Amino acid sequence: MGLDIRLPIGMLFTIFGIMLIVFGVFSNPSLYAQSLGINVNLIWGIVLLVFGAIMLYLGARAMFFGPRPAGTPNPEGREPRH
Amino acid sequence: MGLTTIDWVIMAVYFAFVLGIGAALKRYMKTSADFFLAGRSIPAWVCGLAFISANLGAQEVIGMGASGAKYGILTSHFYWIGAIPAMVFVGIFMMPFYYGSRARSVPEYLRLRFDEKTRGLNAVSFATMTIFSSGISMYAMAKLIQTLHFLDAPFKALGLPQAWIFHTGIIVSALVVLTYIYLGGLTSAIYNEVLQFFLIVAGFIPLVWLGLKNVGGWSGLKATLDPSYMHSWIGMGSPHTNRLGVEWFGLTMGLGFVLSFGYWCTDFLVIQRAMAANSMASARRTPLIAAVPKMLFPFLVILPGLIAIALPTQAPPIINGPQGSSVSAPAGQGLIPVKLDSTTGQPVLDNSGHPQLDYDLAVPNLLLHYFPTGILGLGLTALLASFMSGMAGNVTAFNTVWTHDIYEPYIRPNAGDAHYLMMGKMATIFGIALSVGGAYLATRFNNIMDMLQLVFAFVNAPLFATFLLGMFWKRATGHGAFIGLLSGTFAAAVHHALAIPAEAIPGVKGGWVAVLHTYPSEMAQNFWTAIFAWTTCFVVTILVSLLTKAPEESRLVGLVYSLTERPQEGNLSWYKRPVYLGGMILGATVLLNLVFR
Repeated sequence: MGLDIRLPIGMLFTIFGIMLIVFGVFSNPSLYAQSLGINVNLIWGIVLLVFGAIMLYLGARAMFFGPRPAGTPNPEGREPRH
Repeated sequence: MGLTTIDWVIMAVYFAFVLGIGAALKRYMKTSADFFLAGRSIPAWVCGLAFISANLGAQEVIGMGASGAKYGILTSHFYWIGAIPAMVFVGIFMMPFYYGSRARSVPEYLRLRFDEKTRGLNAVSFATMTIFSSGISMYAMAKLIQTLHFLDAPFKALGLPQAWIFHTGIIVSALVVLTYIYLGGLTSAIYNEVLQFFLIVAGFIPLVWLGLKNVGGWSGLKATLDPSYMHSWIGMGSPHTNRLGVEWFGLTMGLGFVLSFGYWCTDFLVIQRAMAANSMASARRTPLIAAVPKMLFPFLVILPGLIAIALPTQAPPIINGPQGSSVSAPAGQGLIPVKLDSTTGQPVLDNSGHPQLDYDLAVPNLLLHYFPTGILGLGLTALLASFMSGMAGNVTAFNTVWTHDIYEPYIRPNAGDAHYLMMGKMATIFGIALSVGGAYLATRFNNIMDMLQLVFAFVNAPLFATFLLGMFWKRATGHGAFIGLLSGTFAAAVHHALAIPAEAIPGVKGGWVAVLHTYPSEMAQNFWTAIFAWTTCFVVTILVSLLTKAPEESRLVGLVYSLTERPQEGNLSWYKRPVYLGGMILGATVLLNLVFR
């Protein structure tokens, strides 16, 4: 139906990833006392960014090369989590 | 609670995307099939994720965490005995009839297979149920926003009364869901459910990661908690040796067979997601793809509960006291506070005089405990997403059943497609308006909601018997199905009226006519009510069918197993074949049961 859902998902997670990374880099380290001293914003931001980029790539590839021919594997279907 | 700008921006970005998806899909909504069935054009993996996400409402995220804290790893039975086998069954055996019959809804299948009255009964009871379910979801969300206190400061800054926080929660969630479904129909709901699925996973993985790291992993949990929390099968021999208070037979038959198959195989809320698939093969794969993450969900939603109860007892970040007062609650256990009466602020005691714990706060407290600002915004967004996906699922199911199974046959038949498309959009508006009414009803009369849920349980419990006989026994007749369903519901009510869980007062909990039997727990009573209802419906449907005229076989082609060609799947690669996929999923589930026995 017109819109490939991987594109908005990819965009959203890329935005979230970048936001958390930037915030994680510049935030006061004392903030992370409650998360066991781990800069969870930075680390999780990176994970979200990677996931977002993969979704964007898959969505864009499908858009540029037309719909995937029926019967070819869709790898993203098997990895709903990172 | 310290929310800063970044948390608000994350929430705002999420809302912008949710509404943006609806807006982007608006131009594709040309026919009623686009609106109600997403034009039957959605790929399997999208349908699969929407299939579980629609069920991933408040009940799942908050409720399973609460059960995790209360019952421990036993809660996994809701997945590994409950959901998974039922999802495999619906994908392999039932989807060929749902999808193949071209029915647009589950009640419509009942009309094709049985008759008009069976469809009418199912349509009306289902439509009522979805309205109240989404109302309860809305109520729970507004209540949680209130309890989390994150709107307190902005409301104070704007000079608005704190009491409006609850209303704002209801109105905003209603408007957001209304907008994106009104614009983009089922496609919009499904796309947003997939987005919400990833958000929930993204919000909960770091929570479990930090929590497990803190308590010393699985072995740390084992060392801190009583062994009764840590086993799913050991102790199931008798209701008195496990935390659920139910024995293995009631569990596997009541929960595993009747209730789970009844929900996953007949509830249009989830089946609609598979009906939107782009082919028969995709429709059959939908519940199977959904089963894979579902199988792993206990680690995401049950573990937070276990972690919350295993932490050293401390003052939790939030308690659920009376509005506006700051009562200091007596220590609970771990991060879970003692339950306080909403008017007096006094601890709620159980029958033996011990204070009860407010298990529903396990997950929110854990989130506030570990997440600093930044990722806290993500975690809260994940919670909001879960509430909205649950609500949206109910709303799309309602507008379809209302339009195709109530309005079209009984109010205005033979109007053009454009008219029904318009009616679907109208139904979205008044469905949500009615849900808002339901949410406010819940604030006024807590018991009404308990009673309604009870009635739904009575109506739902026998349904799976009707579908099983309808799909696999060509002799089953419309009269048989209708009378069977009514007797099943009646049997559930009678059983509930005559039995009661231990330590409960006769009334809404059971035993309102006489107490002939006492169950060791509420859960045991629920499971057995379902078993009685199912069995009655099964037997009565068979008896009445044999006494009434057999349906013509030519009418049943494509609707009954023995009269339908097996779906061709010879050209599919092996990992796309439902039977192989289903087998692997069941194998993995057995393994999980063994590992966590």
